[in-house]
Amino acid sequence: MLPTARATLMAALDAGWADPRRLYTEARRARALLDQARELLADGLGVRPPEVSFLPGGPAALRAGLEGLRYAGRRRGARMVATAVEHSAVLTTGRYHAAQADNPLLFAEVDVDGLGRVDLLALERAISVPGTVLAAVQSANGEIGTRQPLEQAHGLCRTHGIPLLVDAIASLGRDPTPVSFDVLAGDARSWGGPPGLGVLVVPERTRWRRPGPTSDVEQGRTDVEPVVAVALAAAEAWRQTWANQENEAARSSAIIARLRAAAADLRDVDVVGDADDRLPHVLTFSLLYVDGEALVIELDRRGFAVGSGSACTSSTLEPSHVLAAIGGLTHGNVRITLPLNAIAPTLEDDVDRFITELPDAVAVVRAQLGASDL
Amino acid sequence: MNEIEVDARGLRCPLPVIRLAAAAQDAPAGTRIVVVTSDPAARHDIPAWCRMRDHELIKITQEADPADLRFVVVIRPQPSNAAGGGSGSARSSRAM
Repeated sequence: MLPTARATLMAALDAGWADPRRLYTEARRARALLDQARELLADGLGVRPPEVSFLPGGPAALRAGLEGLRYAGRRRGARMVATAVEHSAVLTTGRYHAAQADNPLLFAEVDVDGLGRVDLLALERAISVPGTVLAAVQSANGEIGTRQPLEQAHGLCRTHGIPLLVDAIASLGRDPTPVSFDVLAGDARSWGGPPGLGVLVVPERTRWRRPGPTSDVEQGRTDVEPVVAVALAAAEAWRQTWANQENEAARSSAIIARLRAAAADLRDVDVVGDADDRLPHVLTFSLLYVDGEALVIELDRRGFAVGSGSACTSSTLEPSHVLAAIGGLTHGNVRITLPLNAIAPTLEDDVDRFITELPDAVAVVRAQLGASDL
Repeated sequence: MNEIEVDARGLRCPLPVIRLAAAAQDAPAGTRIVVVTSDPAARHDIPAWCRMRDHELIKITQEADPADLRFVVVIRPQPSNAAGGGSGSARSSRAM
């Protein structure tokens, strides 16, 4: 979280503790703060304030977006379409509904190419199937960084009368804000905000209806009250991150290009995702004969926090569905997400040290498996 | 034609690929290697190894037992072998 967002959060806990739906002074102050947060974020997202709802996190916003489009389209059918590299909140929801109806045709996962970009012909085939009520395409993949052709995907969806849900969790604040969508979901953490705040954007033109009893919370799009201080901190983080977005993106992109070149210099490495048409701040690569968990721990010991999509690092022991979908190597995987400048002012130095130490860290874990000479 | 079987059942990633690579290391070009594995990640990682190391994946078969996944790989001549040098200098990257 950005330091200024943290300060806002602490101050707003004092000023905005009351229930914004009540009428006494403190409650009206909390309402004013919540409205202020909504206006700021709506402005940044290029939409009107009533079109923005705060939900408890990006995945919750994503799932609510999906369920509301599905319910609004229930008279036309129940079939959902998503790319194979969507967030697991989308994929598990789609598979759940298909399994509940005992009809695998109710959820179609559209193939992507080796860079992770959706096959637009396959997308069009999938959304032309009668009974389709929505398509989900992310703005960019948070793991491999590849951007999706949203404008074209949205054009196809419009032609076929199918609403498009865009998962912008990985890109908001880091990359230009998507404009081609019918419903948009994001998460404040991606722009340096606090955890526990998702945004769901439902433009007025979109037919969207939340299943279940009506609610008077957040324009009826959830029944969970947002925490005013968290929403305000998210808005403050947005203000700061958005003001620096272009500089930040240029800086991150240059660092990722260096890291990408350093990774490609390793022996037996699979560097995946689009090298150019990508998010500025993420990179992933996989190494043959390396245990992903051992490498994450070895790098942590040297002071570097990285993620991994290898099976051994996941609770389900299944490898990353994104790496699987692009035909990438899944073991020995390292995922890098660069923090914002205000959070990590010494990032360039840390990256220099990472690039120096990475070959040795890889050699250490390969040697542990007796795989140094393969 | 030489055929080698690598029984990697019960081993988790990356061990099945390491066993396969070890068997491939001294195998002459044209050798068929059959890998039997119970590791779900091998479904992705053995094809990726073949792509990265330029070997040929002939077929993948899933027996009735989910813990019996079989891959048939044919070893191709490697530039480092042809030059009589050591192995392990191959590089692979899809960076574009």
